[in-house]
Amino acid sequence: MTDETATAEAAPGPSAESTALLERVTAALGADAIVESGEACGDLVVRIAPDRWRDAATACRDQLGFDYLSFVSAIDWMPAPTLSEEGSGDTSSPVQPKDQTYGVAGSAGRFQVFARVASTRVPRSGLTLKTDIDETSPSVASWVAVYPGADWHERECWEMYGITFDGHPSLRHLYLPSEFEGHPLRKDFPLLAREVKPWPGLVDVEPMPGEAPEAETEAGEAEASE
Amino acid sequence: MTLGTRPAGFDVDPSLYRHLADAQVNVELDTGDMILNLGPQHPATHGTLRLVVRLDGERVVASDVVIGYMHRGYEKLTEFRTYPQITTLINRIDWLSSFANEVPFIHAAEQLMGVEAPPRALYIRTVLTELSRIATFVLFLGEMGLQVGAITPAFYGFRDREYVLNAIEAATGGRFHPNFNRIGGILTDLPWGWIAETRESMRKILKSCDDFEDLVVANPIFQQRTRSIGIIPAELGAAYGVSGSNLRASGVDWDLRRDGKPYLAYNDLDWKVWTHPDGDSFARYWVRLQETRESARMVLQLLDNLPAGPVMAKVPRIIKVPEGEVWVNTENPLGEMGYYVVSKGATGPFRVKIRTASLSNVSIAPWLLRGVYVPDVITVLASLYFILGDIDK
Amino acid sequence: MTLADLDIGWGWTLAIKTVIVMGLIPAGALVLGYTFLLKMMSHMQSRLGPMDPGGFHGWFQLIGDGIKFMQKEDIIPAGADKRVFKMAPAVVVLSTFLMFVVLPGGPDFVVANLDVGVFYALAVSSLSVIGVLMAGWASSNKYALLGSLRAAAQLIAYELPLVLAVIGVVIQAGTMNLHGIVMQQADGEIFGWGGLGNPFILTQFVGFALFMVAAQAELSQPPFDMPVAESELVAGYMVEYTGFRFLFFFIGEFGTAFVYAGLAATLFLGGWSVPFIDADDDIMNFLGPGVLFVKIMLVAFLMFWARFTYPRLREDQLQALAWKWLIPISLVNILATGALKVAF
Repeated sequence: MTDETATAEAAPGPSAESTALLERVTAALGADAIVESGEACGDLVVRIAPDRWRDAATACRDQLGFDYLSFVSAIDWMPAPTLSEEGSGDTSSPVQPKDQTYGVAGSAGRFQVFARVASTRVPRSGLTLKTDIDETSPSVASWVAVYPGADWHERECWEMYGITFDGHPSLRHLYLPSEFEGHPLRKDFPLLAREVKPWPGLVDVEPMPGEAPEAETEAGEAEASE
Repeated sequence: MTLGTRPAGFDVDPSLYRHLADAQVNVELDTGDMILNLGPQHPATHGTLRLVVRLDGERVVASDVVIGYMHRGYEKLTEFRTYPQITTLINRIDWLSSFANEVPFIHAAEQLMGVEAPPRALYIRTVLTELSRIATFVLFLGEMGLQVGAITPAFYGFRDREYVLNAIEAATGGRFHPNFNRIGGILTDLPWGWIAETRESMRKILKSCDDFEDLVVANPIFQQRTRSIGIIPAELGAAYGVSGSNLRASGVDWDLRRDGKPYLAYNDLDWKVWTHPDGDSFARYWVRLQETRESARMVLQLLDNLPAGPVMAKVPRIIKVPEGEVWVNTENPLGEMGYYVVSKGATGPFRVKIRTASLSNVSIAPWLLRGVYVPDVITVLASLYFILGDIDK
Repeated sequence: MTLADLDIGWGWTLAIKTVIVMGLIPAGALVLGYTFLLKMMSHMQSRLGPMDPGGFHGWFQLIGDGIKFMQKEDIIPAGADKRVFKMAPAVVVLSTFLMFVVLPGGPDFVVANLDVGVFYALAVSSLSVIGVLMAGWASSNKYALLGSLRAAAQLIAYELPLVLAVIGVVIQAGTMNLHGIVMQQADGEIFGWGGLGNPFILTQFVGFALFMVAAQAELSQPPFDMPVAESELVAGYMVEYTGFRFLFFFIGEFGTAFVYAGLAATLFLGGWSVPFIDADDDIMNFLGPGVLFVKIMLVAFLMFWARFTYPRLREDQLQALAWKWLIPISLVNILATGALKVAF
């Protein structure tokens, strides 16, 4: 268990509320469904076994009193590959660590689906659930029958990450045009804008009338072939 | 309603998900239903929202919402930017209440870093958040009247919004996109005379809320158009993720300023959460009207108790946020907005999940619009009050 | 003094009358549009309205708009039925023209003094329904179709309260001749005092209210503007019309407002007559139009005031209002008027 907050008690360890909530979750789902748990700045994060994802939703809604669905989304833990070979033009993007590490409550692989549910009756209640997705055939059960709001969130997950949801009535594009190819939020989908014209781009300076044009500076725009 | 019993309409009806969006729009009139395209360019859809409805005469048989005309790829963009750069970006998610968008993200970064903004900064943030709430809601009060046909309230709404926008501009330099939050506090302190001016503006806002009550709420035609139209059952709304005033108008007493993790200065204030039992479009209008008044009163309280002190905590020049994950959600004018920030210790986040209120608010529209008349479609959409930037990110 | 006294032959008479009527309609539309739509609406909404065009408070704005519309490209949608599409605005404006024929501006200042003036005016005003239907159908646009079908239902529904409200006036006046109705009001007496005449609004106040509501609906103005619901149908049946065809519709709308206000002023407020001046006097041929104009502005003020204030009724609520409320009330009004007419 990892504790990330520095504003709570000095001693590391999950807060009392998180521990109590973890006990309730374990009681509702059974200890075999929970792979790992952690705390993210005071919030309990529970990693559910992939085949129990739908049961977790039902348990959350019926037994734990979490009637409100905040969102369902996904994370791609793979570090973004460097964009082009020789010093990618993009010099200002934050440099992320090159090794694939996982966050709170760990992960079995590259993809994870995570969701947040809360209760509209109990103040300061809420639970973050994660589950691992198999990279070769990314698929998990759909929450639509339990939380109808998951419909659009799962459509977004599918179009952005390529994760299919079994039981979803119609997985189709939400934000992107129907003919779009690729899954943009995956780390290996490049952000072409930064690749074609690195930030900050150099400005082409037009010479004053009658003057000779300025000599072209090197290390200018990386005119990547398109 | 006990948990575990599913109310009617809870189950997803697969027949609703015919691929209406791919249907040909200008199809020959067949003997049965007619497919009508509302949008993406349409005065009633608050931006580029497309609603494909299958009509039987004037009744909606089924509808499908097509979004994404304004998708800017914010979640991908945040992976390539530093935290201060992201602050500029997320202003533009919900552009009517842009200051309120920054607050949860800055709060998330501050939590991961273990930095706390000084009390004066928290108070000023609260004042500006409530001012954005007033700006958003006053516009809503005006333009919902416009959507049901009354031309005049819209002008009053815009005029009253100007008071608030002038105040925000005087404090932050920007009417619409202040970009005023910094990790650890805010950019600068308030200018001279701002507090007195804002007090005066709040009094004007309170008076104009009374005007809206007389002009719109008391109008029998408005009541006829909005009562019992588009009722959201509380349980279903929560399961869809509907939040904010929409859920409170269905009787759910839940406001993240009071019931979520404490943030900003709300705990120091004496204020009330407004709910309405009906859950129809009229209730949503009424709740927002009361919340506007409440926000104005909150601003007056905040200005009376503004603490002295610095407005920025000590943070390093280059912000590197330590490794960790955090979820921060706040009560934005449109509903619950949240950021799930995953950081790996760099100057920018590894992944930011942006949870916006309007996406969930609009996702209930296909369910809500079954069996209503075409004019009611407009009323329902107007009462849900979404912003396209908030839906499409 | 009538045009007949001038002894110029029927051809010239006809020409002069045509020119006057054709000039009056745009002029009336202009004045109404500018005063109420641009200026009064703006001031009610805490703004100024046009201030620059023409100098003094932007009086040239609408004329400039008219010129602008005239020089626009004539766009007809590809799938439209061209002949019907082109004829529709003409049909709508035609009914306005025909209504002007019986509107009296003075004892002799009228195009045709028909004995069935009221009947003719109301009958001819329903021609615009055909024009609206033609416009909506020929546009090959679903929004237009929705708008025109709504308009057809609405206009037909509200014809009845309009006619029934006027019947009360006819009963009280004893004639359908508009000149006769004005004379009755001018020469009438209120409880024996003949100073102010007897404008029928005093006794037919129910009829006046019904007439105003029904006229508002006939003109498709809020709260009855479902056919042109701006925030839903984006101009309804007029959505595919641009340039001078749209100008026709616009003139038709405001010209018809002018005429309906004129009818209301004639039937209920005493038309061109003024107290303390003998109604048959020749001077009334010159003063009459001015007096009528003032009364028209008063009535139009009421119409446009309601227009800017109220949201719009939904189609079924609109129909319910007409059939369940206005028609029964107007029938009761007729009963009461008839009974009182016999009694007194």
